[in-house]
Amino acid sequence: MTTNVVAAAYIVSAVLFVLSLAGLSKHESAKEGNAFGVTGMVIALGATVWLVLSRSSHALSTLLLIAVAMAIGAAIGLWRARKVEMTQMPELVAMLHSFVGLAAVLVGINSHLTVGDSSDTIHSVEVFLGVFIGAVTLTGSIVAFLKLSARMKSTPLMLPARHWLNLAALVVSALLLGWFIQSHSIVPLLLMTVIALVFGWHLVASIGGGDMPVVVSMLNSYSGWAAAAAGFMLGNDLLIVTGALVGASGAILSYIMCKAMNRSFVSVIAGGFGQEVVIGEDKDYGEHREITAEGVADLLREASSVVITPGYGMAVAQAQYPVAELTKQLRDRGVDVRFGIHPVAGRLPGHMNVLLAEAKVPYDIVLEMDEVNDDFASTDVVLVIGANDTVNPAAAEDPTSPIAGMPVLEVWNAKDVIVFKRSMATGYAGVQNPLFFRDNSQMLFGDAKERVSDILSAL
Amino acid sequence: MRIGVPQESLAGETRVAATPKTVEQLIGLGYAVFVQSGAGHRATFEDGAYAAAGADVVGGEVWNTDVILKINAPSPEELDRLRPGQTLVSLLSPALKPELVSALAERGVTALAMDAVPRISRAQSLDVLSSMANIGGYRAVIEAAHEFGSFFTGQVTAAGKVPPAKVLVIGAGVAGLSAIGTAGSLGAVVRAFDARSEVAEQVESMGAQFLRIEVEDTGPSADGYAKETGEDFNAKAVELYAAQAKDVDIVITTALIPGRPAPRLLDEEMVASMKPGSVIVDMAAANGGNVAGSVPDQKVVTAGGVTILGYTDLPGRLPTQASQLFGTNLVNLLKLVTPEKDGTFTLDLEDQVQRGMTVVHDGEVMWPPPPVQVSAAVAPGGAAGASAALATAQAKEPKKPRDPRLKYLWMAIGALVFALVASASPAVFLGHFTVFALAVIVGFYVISNVSHALHTPLMAETNAISGIIVVGGLLQIDSDDLVVKTIAFLAILVASINIFGGFAVTGRMLEMFRKD
Repeated sequence: MTTNVVAAAYIVSAVLFVLSLAGLSKHESAKEGNAFGVTGMVIALGATVWLVLSRSSHALSTLLLIAVAMAIGAAIGLWRARKVEMTQMPELVAMLHSFVGLAAVLVGINSHLTVGDSSDTIHSVEVFLGVFIGAVTLTGSIVAFLKLSARMKSTPLMLPARHWLNLAALVVSALLLGWFIQSHSIVPLLLMTVIALVFGWHLVASIGGGDMPVVVSMLNSYSGWAAAAAGFMLGNDLLIVTGALVGASGAILSYIMCKAMNRSFVSVIAGGFGQEVVIGEDKDYGEHREITAEGVADLLREASSVVITPGYGMAVAQAQYPVAELTKQLRDRGVDVRFGIHPVAGRLPGHMNVLLAEAKVPYDIVLEMDEVNDDFASTDVVLVIGANDTVNPAAAEDPTSPIAGMPVLEVWNAKDVIVFKRSMATGYAGVQNPLFFRDNSQMLFGDAKERVSDILSAL
Repeated sequence: MRIGVPQESLAGETRVAATPKTVEQLIGLGYAVFVQSGAGHRATFEDGAYAAAGADVVGGEVWNTDVILKINAPSPEELDRLRPGQTLVSLLSPALKPELVSALAERGVTALAMDAVPRISRAQSLDVLSSMANIGGYRAVIEAAHEFGSFFTGQVTAAGKVPPAKVLVIGAGVAGLSAIGTAGSLGAVVRAFDARSEVAEQVESMGAQFLRIEVEDTGPSADGYAKETGEDFNAKAVELYAAQAKDVDIVITTALIPGRPAPRLLDEEMVASMKPGSVIVDMAAANGGNVAGSVPDQKVVTAGGVTILGYTDLPGRLPTQASQLFGTNLVNLLKLVTPEKDGTFTLDLEDQVQRGMTVVHDGEVMWPPPPVQVSAAVAPGGAAGASAALATAQAKEPKKPRDPRLKYLWMAIGALVFALVASASPAVFLGHFTVFALAVIVGFYVISNVSHALHTPLMAETNAISGIIVVGGLLQIDSDDLVVKTIAFLAILVASINIFGGFAVTGRMLEMFRKD
């Protein structure tokens, strides 16, 4: 009886997870989607705990152990979730992925310890794969976390013959798998774990910071596959379904983002992008012009339509609140203010939307690149706040540019373009931006937050 | 260099190619501007205003300038006044008037057609077809309202109830969309139809109902214009028009295919089936008409009491606004050809936009230009924003289509390999694998339409859900082996961080999204 009820509960929670992801595809149903997810998780955990306890010979102590472990985990998780700044969301998500990876490694090793010598070939393969994916996710996520939080250099790590290193890691792992199936010894498993940890580290370390949004999304996918592999080794359908859901959705999300950046999915994942960048920095772009905050305020006073294109710089400077205030004031004056968001602005897909939402900018004026790109020609003022590569005309006009062909926000078609920047340094792609030297562009140097506040007071 | 703005000689033309405001901008680009006396009179721009803006008001000598800006193609007399080396910028319809193109070439001039601007984002600012179509669509509704014997908006008054007018707009290009917006703001019930199903969204964004035909999609057209459509589709479209004609009060047709006669949309029978007092505005009357019985520049009332307006000068009926927009388009063109702002007209034939517009260059016929791939809609998948990028980058070598048999071969090999593996594996594994395969497919489809803004919350949510791995730890913690127990404890702990943290942070983000 218990088994059947548990199976039923698993099916219900699997359905709830599907509904949850479907709900999160749309604004209207997003909150409901989250609620479905929580409910599904509660049902799944409740059923599993019940199953474990009903089989257990010492139920009380087991329950206590579970309760303690989950209480500690919950405390840490909720504390982090509450405390995190919205600008640090990418780091948090990357960090959380690493926990799934760690859990997968632990569960996998444990599964081998419990079944041990009686394990058949299929089970050995499952354990091996689960631990491998888990380990890659673990270190990959940690590197992504370090890169995003700027504790590690964001430039790609360029080891010589790195593709061969990756290949060697895979081949050695495959050999170890053979040994493992033959011997059922824990040694090859642990050896492989070490290799996989290094492999995951190297894989993400050789991807540049600009591609981190894709990497985070890809790690999300890996963490799903790790859970699915755990499901196979434990013969648990709920884990399989959920893991496959997360894995597939993460993969497709990464693919969508690569499409948006006009990059090859395979080369981003294999850590290939970014190495061939050779920049002719000796090129003469001419002079850039500077403008003061008062000057920008004057332009805005005259403008009837304004488009704001934020980038990572806005997140770094925490400028979303003054930007929202500026938006509100301009809208109250009857100015048509909209936001143009590049698909890869920020360090996480949708990063800008989250920040603007935090600052209470209504989401119906926050538009995607495709929706706003044709309107720049009829726009009076564009405020480029901390964006660089995503507004680089070289992508559209210079076929030799490393970012050639990447769709960008065509801000240069507007009447006036104001670029908020800390200095004339290049963006993540390391490419000079001819936009800064255009006749209709003016630079406003300094911290984006302070500068926007200056404009507010000048208005 | 000197720019000349002559008076338009075409009968009934009210527009002028420059307004005092655009004259100032032209002077700002370094040009000297000469305006023929009386040129702007019918658009309510008097000579004094031009003089005040810095132009020289002159007589016939306006033709002795270097660059002539005009609205309409030159008449035979005007052609005779052109000198070699001069540049003419105006509407030319080169595709329809090859004899005009050769006549211009004989004159040894350079001629730019304002109606041959490539439809790419960068060139939007000089596209007179779209700026004039915008005005035309507006005016078409105003003309229809003028002829129509009732209100557009529905009202309930003390003197009885007035039903709202029903307006059908066929062809949802710039003119059509403008007509939809205008009719809608007058309070009418607006429906629209277009052979390109991808414009449905634009129609709906203007608040009209888009009428659909259930056939296979003809696909977006490569050059941004509607194209002639298939037989089956046409048959269904005829049915649709026939049904709508009986129901609506006002029909506005805007269907034009560049370089071809306008397609016939409504035949005599359909016109006859309309209610007496109905009004049809045929915006394609100049090119042969979309409606049976429409006469260019005429108002025709059929025996059945249906008024058909075939006015071809709709933009010219708003001469002030039309001149201002046309003039601004010209200024934008001159900005493009005057990169140094030094008053020197330098044509760059490497530039796609300038090349596309140049019909004759120093007496050499340049028409037709090489084709331009422009439509954003052609780009597959989500990369639609690539329009300009695609357009500016040279047309990429089309990839050789892979042999489809190869694909099937790989699929067959894959299935075979799987069958081999499966035959050697236990039944339980296969059961699990079925579940796995289906879940992958569900995950794929569930997520394919995610709104961009929700990527981050979605990722946090899937991350929380992947914490389900905690189930693995839970199932193992009951072991009697202390090592296993400890590891399971750790696994539960870290997975729990994920579950609680992930859900909490998703909730927090979703709280913040709001709509005005």
